[in-house]
Amino acid sequence: MVKNIIDVRNLSKSFDISSKEPGLKGTIKHFFRRQTKSLKVIKDISFKIKEGEIVGFLGANGAGKTTILKMLCGLIYPSEGSILVSGYLPFRRKDNFLKNITLIMGQKQQLIWDLPPIESFYLNASIYDLDKFEAKKRIKKLSEMLEIDEELFIPVRKLSLGQRMKSELLAALIHEPNILFLDEPTLGLDINAQRNLRKFLQRYNKETNATICLTSHYMKDITSLCKRVICVHEGSISYDGKLDLLLKKLSPVKEILIVCRSEEDANKLENSGFTVKNKIKNEITIKIENNSITSSLKTILNNFDIEDLFINEPPIDEVIGKVLIKKNYDI
Amino acid sequence: MISNLIYRKIFTLLKVQYSNMLEYRVEIALWAISGIIPFFMLNIWTNNNLNETINISDVLLSRYFLCAFFVRQFSVVWVVFSFEEDSLMGRVSPYLIQPLNPFFRYFAQHLAEQITRFPFALIIAFFFFIFNPESIWIPNLGILLLSIVSTFLSFLIQFLIQSIVACLCFWTEKASSIERLLFIPTLFLSGLLAPVVSFPSYVKSWIYLTPFPYLIDFPANLLSGNETNISGGLSMQILWIFLLFPLFKKIWSEGTKKYTAMGS
Repeated sequence: MVKNIIDVRNLSKSFDISSKEPGLKGTIKHFFRRQTKSLKVIKDISFKIKEGEIVGFLGANGAGKTTILKMLCGLIYPSEGSILVSGYLPFRRKDNFLKNITLIMGQKQQLIWDLPPIESFYLNASIYDLDKFEAKKRIKKLSEMLEIDEELFIPVRKLSLGQRMKSELLAALIHEPNILFLDEPTLGLDINAQRNLRKFLQRYNKETNATICLTSHYMKDITSLCKRVICVHEGSISYDGKLDLLLKKLSPVKEILIVCRSEEDANKLENSGFTVKNKIKNEITIKIENNSITSSLKTILNNFDIEDLFINEPPIDEVIGKVLIKKNYDI
Repeated sequence: MISNLIYRKIFTLLKVQYSNMLEYRVEIALWAISGIIPFFMLNIWTNNNLNETINISDVLLSRYFLCAFFVRQFSVVWVVFSFEEDSLMGRVSPYLIQPLNPFFRYFAQHLAEQITRFPFALIIAFFFFIFNPESIWIPNLGILLLSIVSTFLSFLIQFLIQSIVACLCFWTEKASSIERLLFIPTLFLSGLLAPVVSFPSYVKSWIYLTPFPYLIDFPANLLSGNETNISGGLSMQILWIFLLFPLFKKIWSEGTKKYTAMGS
């Protein structure tokens, strides 16, 4: 049985926020009497994550995804509740815990700006108590996986964003952590760089059985990496479960574009009882429920003269977008 | 085995930070030059014959200010500014989740910067001796070693004081403004502008209870061969380190609980 590596119970986090009225009067008032209020950004959430799982945290800006990741890796203290990661209380930041995890934040860097990445790699290797031989071996292995080579010896400031991100990943993974916290890792990367990064993460997960917690606004990151998603809405969990179940629930129908041989056939199809989305000459788009798709297609192909047929999934961004604005999804 | 790992960690940190500092060698040379304030003070003292009031010869006074320059070069600390910027920009976050206190990085940065500064400081000393040949002297090896130790202890005291102030970033965000409050007593009471011996005796007795005279005055007097209580001075330096270190640890541990990881 696969064990739970992350166990979060009734977790809450509040921040003290100071507010200021606009204008000179507000500024003076703010100078003498600063008004602060406590804002609860994470509200009593609980979840468990199994070893080797890749879980995507979804939510609108400010929903609390990054705050959750920061608490999981021990960067910030929780206000209430408990967190156990790999058997440790993260906020105590014990060396053995820190050697097990890594946090990668898109566009935030730990590499030394004026030196080639290789210098930062060896520095990190010594921080994580790796000897030179082992460090060399891991740098070689990871650089092959990430497909970087010459870039290792060029000052960081001269690297492109994609090359820098790969180097950041290498620096963050040199100690071979078994839990990865990734906050928008593909932010600002071009399509190819995004795809390569996803490929790398899939391979890393497969080869090391590492657990990955990921936030991203790019749906492709989520759909290609995560089987499970946790949707966060205003600090609470609105959905925690399988991504495909969520998609089925939110989009129970598929759209089918049918190209008929003649406009007459298209007219006949339009009046045959299917839900028609639109019709242009001999092309007609109908909506069919997921559970009756095989039988409906059989009927269409047997009764109408069809030239071509396309089954379209609804755009995932649209589907997930619905989740981000809703408080609760019971599936 | 453990000591070997620690040694390797320190050595790698220093090596990497030294490579980084070499990228800024011109900037560091300018910083070294900007530290010549003791020479201006020497000029003011000798032109106004102020040394007669404290019974120090011209030669000893010029050696004192040269040593003050050297001690300052190897004990200058800016950790509060680096930490504040890193904290505000969210750069502290990745360091916080590594099994090494981020202040070790800053510590290594400072040491690496001192190594980079060394040749520039020597060049400045060389020119000082060209213009003041009567000040040339060779301190005995024992005194030289004690002065190096004392200068390092002075650096440690300043590093700890600034690190404590830097930790206030967890509460105030702009901790450097608090550091500026400390700049005035550091400037006047450390011996950078005048040897502490020149203060009235009732003020002196109070000054010696603070850490300030052990930052420049004591190591500079020690190196320049002026009369000084060596064991008393070193003991006070060590005492201050023992007082400041637990305070730093406490503030660090409380401060990290307040950390909000802003900017990241």
